[in-house]
Amino acid sequence: MAVKFEPVLTKFIDNPDQVKIDTYIRNGGYKAAEKALKSMKPEDLVKMVKDSNLRGRGGAGFPTGLKWSFVPKGTDKPVYLAVNADESEPGTFKDRLLMEKDPHQLLEGIIITAHAIGAETAYIYIRGEFFHPAKILDEAIKEAYDKKYLGKNIFGTSNNLDVYVHRGAGAYICGEETSLLNSIEGKRAYPRVKPPFPAVQGLFDCPTIINNVETLCCVTHIVNKGVNWFTSIGTEKSKGPKLFAVSGHVKKPGIYELPMSITLRDLIYDVCGGMLDEKRKLKAIIPGGSSSPVLSADTIGTQMCYDALQKHKSMLGSAGVIVMDDSVCMVDAAINLTRFYCHESCGQCTPCREGGNWLLKILESIEEGTAKPDDIDLLLNACWQVEGKTVCPFGEAMVWPIQAFVARFRDEFEEHIKYKRCPIDKDRSIRR
Amino acid sequence: MALKLSEKGQHEVTRILARYPEEQSAMMPLLHLIQEDKGFISITDQLELAKLLRVPPMKVRGVVEFYTMFRGEKCGKYLIQVCHTLSCAILGAHTVVDVIRQKLGIDIGGTTKDGMFTLMKVECLGSCGTAPVMQINDDYYENLTEEKIIEILDSLK
Repeated sequence: MAVKFEPVLTKFIDNPDQVKIDTYIRNGGYKAAEKALKSMKPEDLVKMVKDSNLRGRGGAGFPTGLKWSFVPKGTDKPVYLAVNADESEPGTFKDRLLMEKDPHQLLEGIIITAHAIGAETAYIYIRGEFFHPAKILDEAIKEAYDKKYLGKNIFGTSNNLDVYVHRGAGAYICGEETSLLNSIEGKRAYPRVKPPFPAVQGLFDCPTIINNVETLCCVTHIVNKGVNWFTSIGTEKSKGPKLFAVSGHVKKPGIYELPMSITLRDLIYDVCGGMLDEKRKLKAIIPGGSSSPVLSADTIGTQMCYDALQKHKSMLGSAGVIVMDDSVCMVDAAINLTRFYCHESCGQCTPCREGGNWLLKILESIEEGTAKPDDIDLLLNACWQVEGKTVCPFGEAMVWPIQAFVARFRDEFEEHIKYKRCPIDKDRSIRR
Repeated sequence: MALKLSEKGQHEVTRILARYPEEQSAMMPLLHLIQEDKGFISITDQLELAKLLRVPPMKVRGVVEFYTMFRGEKCGKYLIQVCHTLSCAILGAHTVVDVIRQKLGIDIGGTTKDGMFTLMKVECLGSCGTAPVMQINDDYYENLTEEKIIEILDSLK
């Protein structure tokens, strides 16, 4: 592999003992938390993370330090930290690794962040299917309480912190931060109207910061290694190490920690060993989880950073990269994802709840060869009826992929309609 | 009549309630607990949980119906959930389903006559790098091949 990068977040993941607190400490763990709590004021930490340009690793890429600074100063209400470990975006599978293999790295990030925002309670919201990672976290939390890194007067300071694992139960929408809060409150996970933003009025109507697992793991290392180290990695606006989760038609799918200056070409052909079936051609790439607009093969020169992908009218999102070769029918791929979004729509807003089914029907008629030539425009019109018309960004997550599949592979959509059948060999493509 | 759970489960209830400043927040952990204890969440248990959390019964019902992992009915001893979202789909999720169907003689949503296996197709399990993937009860089975699936099913008794 020509691409070289010294991993930080995943440095110890191959060591099965890393889940134990003593091993974690031996490998330099909890030094950052001790330093932060004993010698840094909350405002110093907020400034440090702001200066590092750390952007949220969950998908939206919002600057983490700025988010922290939205907690009202001198609030008399309790402040909460909610950890987003819902990881449900198709193509994304990085946080599970961090929780399963190095749970204390996350706990340390939680302790530091709680100090920065003034929280004494943190809930780790983990998707329900992740039963084993939840057990590993529970065990790690127990170990941390025993060492007095959690509980009352942690590290001998006046800081108190309780951390609890809260399991979801199979709803993708809980990755959206306000529905995650409703889910912790024991309700149906309907997203809330913003404002008020959670930093002001979140969990139990109190100020709440919601951060992704990987984001919090980064915080630990920023405190340890400093702002200059963090900003020396990556591109101008995309700083720090990043986990790329690559799946689909590559030889070596998996999770790779890299700077965001890496090109898609290097990621696929160098890091991941190239196409799974070398006789097949690269056709399409979803760069940042299923809701990020698909790219065609001619864009693989792009860097995998926030700005460059935006220039290609896509986004880095969660950096869950799905690689597809030319055996995949683009209409089928769009149907597969639209079916996912239909199934996962929470049902609160009409455009999303109803629109999804209409989009699916039109796409299916194209695939089955029964669509009329102007049905592609009808499809795009239906997308427009959903986009920007819902309480949360789920509406966009549903239609952006469809719009991109049409924009980049319109010929293939038109071919379906013209010849009244799918031009791709079904035995090799997705069967429904 | 209060919510009846095993002794271990009963002990857990107190621990769970202590984690939250509001009782209703204990809803999902307690629903998980009931399901682990009894295999599903009956209407009777939903009513009892509503009393325990001091919320109207519809609040409990609404949550049970919203989240796909909560079951109002019994399923087989082994619940097989095959992921069929994009990364799994392009790497043969349909073959996984076909192999299980043939081996067990059941269709999607069906349960074998002996009550051992229930088969479901589900959306993304968040394990795309090891596609195709299925979950049986609490465990993930990854990088599935035809031989592997048969071996796994034969090992479950």
